[in-house]
Amino acid sequence: MIHHDVIVVGGGLAGLRAAIEAKKAGVDVAVLSQVHPGRSHSGQAQGGINAALGNHPEGRDDNWEKHAFDTVKGGDFLVDQDCAVQMAKDAPGVIYEMDHWGCPFSRFDDGTIAQRPFGGAGFPRCCYGADKTGHYLLHTLVEQAYRLQVKMYVEQYAAGLIVHDGVCQGVVAYDMIHGGFEAFTANAVVIATGGAGRTYSNTTNSLISTGSGMFMAYYAGVPLKDMEFVQFHPTGLYTTQILMTEGARGEGGYLINDKGERFMEKYAPKFMELAPRDITARSIQIEIDEGRGIGGKGYVYLDLRHLGAEKILERLPGIRDLAIHFEGVDPIEEPIPVVPSQHYWMGGIDTDVNGATVMPGLYAAGECACVSVHGANRLGGNSLLETIVFGRRAGAEVVRYLGSLSDKRPNARTAFAAIQTMEQKVEELGARKGTENAYELRAVMTGVMKEHFFLFRDEPTMTAGLEKLLGVKARVKDINLRWTGSVFNVDMIRTMELEGMVDLALCVAMGALARQESRGAHYRTDFNTRDDVNWLKHTLAYYQPDAAGPRLDSKPVTLGHFELQERKY
Amino acid sequence: MPDIKFRVKRQDPGDNNNPEAHWEEYTVHYEGENLTVLEGLFYIQEKFDGSLSFRFCCRASVCGSCAMYINGAYRLACQTNVKHLDTDLITVAPMPHLPLVKDLVVNMDEFFAKYEYVMPWLVRHSPDPEKEIIQSPKERKKIDMPVDCILCGSCYSSCPSVWSLGASLGSKSEEYYLGPAALLKAYRFEVDSRDEGGKERIARWNNERGIYRCHTIMNCVEACPKELNPTEGIQWLKRAAVRRKLFRKAK
Ligand SMILES: Cc1cc2nc3c(=O)[nH]c(=O)nc-3n(C[C@H](O)[C@H](O)[C@H](O)COP(=O)(O)OP(=O)(O)OC[C@H]3O[C@@H](n4cnc5c(N)ncnc54)[C@H](O)[C@@H]3O)c2cc1C
Ligand code: SF4
Ligand code: FES
Repeated sequence: MIHHDVIVVGGGLAGLRAAIEAKKAGVDVAVLSQVHPGRSHSGQAQGGINAALGNHPEGRDDNWEKHAFDTVKGGDFLVDQDCAVQMAKDAPGVIYEMDHWGCPFSRFDDGTIAQRPFGGAGFPRCCYGADKTGHYLLHTLVEQAYRLQVKMYVEQYAAGLIVHDGVCQGVVAYDMIHGGFEAFTANAVVIATGGAGRTYSNTTNSLISTGSGMFMAYYAGVPLKDMEFVQFHPTGLYTTQILMTEGARGEGGYLINDKGERFMEKYAPKFMELAPRDITARSIQIEIDEGRGIGGKGYVYLDLRHLGAEKILERLPGIRDLAIHFEGVDPIEEPIPVVPSQHYWMGGIDTDVNGATVMPGLYAAGECACVSVHGANRLGGNSLLETIVFGRRAGAEVVRYLGSLSDKRPNARTAFAAIQTMEQKVEELGARKGTENAYELRAVMTGVMKEHFFLFRDEPTMTAGLEKLLGVKARVKDINLRWTGSVFNVDMIRTMELEGMVDLALCVAMGALARQESRGAHYRTDFNTRDDVNWLKHTLAYYQPDAAGPRLDSKPVTLGHFELQERKY
Repeated sequence: MPDIKFRVKRQDPGDNNNPEAHWEEYTVHYEGENLTVLEGLFYIQEKFDGSLSFRFCCRASVCGSCAMYINGAYRLACQTNVKHLDTDLITVAPMPHLPLVKDLVVNMDEFFAKYEYVMPWLVRHSPDPEKEIIQSPKERKKIDMPVDCILCGSCYSSCPSVWSLGASLGSKSEEYYLGPAALLKAYRFEVDSRDEGGKERIARWNNERGIYRCHTIMNCVEACPKELNPTEGIQWLKRAAVRRKLFRKAK
């Protein structure tokens, strides 16, 4: 058994920022991560991070209030307004701090941090470092974590929470390098494991974005919030769904259909290509469905050619590399084939504005959490911001919580029992006959999510999808491990997490079926308007060990700063 | 719908029945025109052999997890389209000269220990300004190249000075060559106009573990899948060390 005051599960931006905050306060904190923190999914983020700095000549009148309003409106008013206000107020400070820590942001001529326009924002407030903003932010926090000597347990896969008398006291993790399970006990745990994009077959996310932190919390009885809200990015590469950042459109890129039209004119005449993602993604899909995809096929073009080689090489070098390597297209010469792709998980572990969950000792931050600042649709550039703002807040809150505890000794017996449970589970998985193949089932599930819970939803399609998911869930009981070796067992991790992913998928499915309205990313052709009378509320999903799917409940949205209005762009 | 052969180097040092390295062949089948080496490895892991171990995360050539030795060169498995290798046999081995964990997974502890040793962070002594530290686009341009390093380890594994002077684990590592990636990182901060750590950091790279072990063999430049140039950074550090010495003497 290993003990630290605080265990942070996840070494992405949110986890590192939380750990740094706790460490600065003198707390004994350790980060546990499935991959080296510098390899976390956050490093893939391209476009930028929002803060009303007012550095851009057209952004001088920007301020936190406008940022908060754009966030609330972008989220189709399902955002908790106090939280959005808090995030927008914290934003400039945390960005300056990242600069003071060495983050290589791009610069304007006057030497200030460069900002670019981004979707759904009234001002150019997206701070960027070329098109590699996530990589730069992540490496900066990794560097600070080393500077502050934050303890890091690398390539440790957390498999379950340790809960004693309703209080979270640590995690059990699989040591990928040395083999075996170990208990990491703590007086507080921060989950920062990122999104669950891999439950869809067509995702921009990293291969490890499987939602493991979400289902760990869910199984421990903590509710998941607003899981039916899944963001589909307008522009993933046609064959691999690797992302082409919104920054490409922020820099002036066009979306073009088979007739050569900039079709966004029809759907968002004012914002054009920079309408919020849900609207842009649906518009693309309509073009494709109505036969105006390129050559009648299932994609449209993202055209950057008119930006010229110089601008592309300076502002979008990473995009160019990715398009060349993964799609065989040089954007300087040719338009890029793109399709809407799963991108971001608005829902997640229900937390307050300081990352606290309903379970004492358990906190969450980043994409795995739902505060909620994104509501029904996240604005580009707000998610990197969320990781840093709420990672920091969760870190500070944990320190406060530790100070309030009188008894600080986790229960050793419970921790040992948790290790044993995990070892038995693996033994049992290995001993099964295994009439089902975990990877085939995974493919079925991710395909169902893409076919039945994508951009356009309706009752018959979703009911059929739910049936299929329930079928998968029943069959998961018959998968087995094919290799029970101890070191770097990829098979074990991928097999074990399948069941959790299916349970997350069921939360999406049942939440989406229940919500009889259209709001943000959740668009139902059979209920195609927003219904504030009945549905201006968050969905909560609770795990039920004895039922196939979650128990659904709801909780009110916090209003008070901005009036409800129709969302037009 | 083509098929392609993969020859994969396998070894589980912890398997008492078969601890030795050996090669195994698999036929990978794929639809359409494209298959990356990483996709091929997943195909093998899912269809033929659950025990295959390899690192992965982003599958978009930005996280540095999947550097391997593929058809005789350092490559990122996720960035390598088999089509571009122009052959019907793909050979995949772990990065050489590094301690092996299993199959294609090498131990990177020493690599990161050396990274940490060079103080890879911005050092400031002046009080922080209220807003950002002003940095002109020209100053920012100086760090363009080194900030793109994804710490994949290819350059480190490729460097003969690293082989002869300490890639192995458990040795008295304090004495051994830091290698190109760590020195490139030192360079990244030395040339950052916001950094004020020159005085402290120089002792970490201007010593017997540091720049003088680089004999400009340039394997690192060849190996880097991000087309970075660690040697250029190291040469800059060497010149900076000389400048500093002269400056001191003149005083
Ligand atoms: C391609 C792409 C581009 C994007 N671009 C932008 C952008 O420009 N602007 C923006 O605002 N947002 C962007 N986003 C969204 C943003 O990148 C993510 O929401 C954000 O980085 C999530 O950070 P995180 O810290 O919450 O989680 P992650 O970065 O996903 O980190 C998760 C961490 O948890 C660890 N982990 C996971 N499971 C376990 C486990 N079971 N045990 C141990 N460790 C575990 C992982 O190792 C990792 O360290 C983008 C997303 C994608 C997919
Ligand atoms: S310099 Fe290149 S090869 Fe070396 S670690 Fe960085 S990205 Fe990899
Ligand atoms: S998986 Fe990230 S670089 Fe290949």
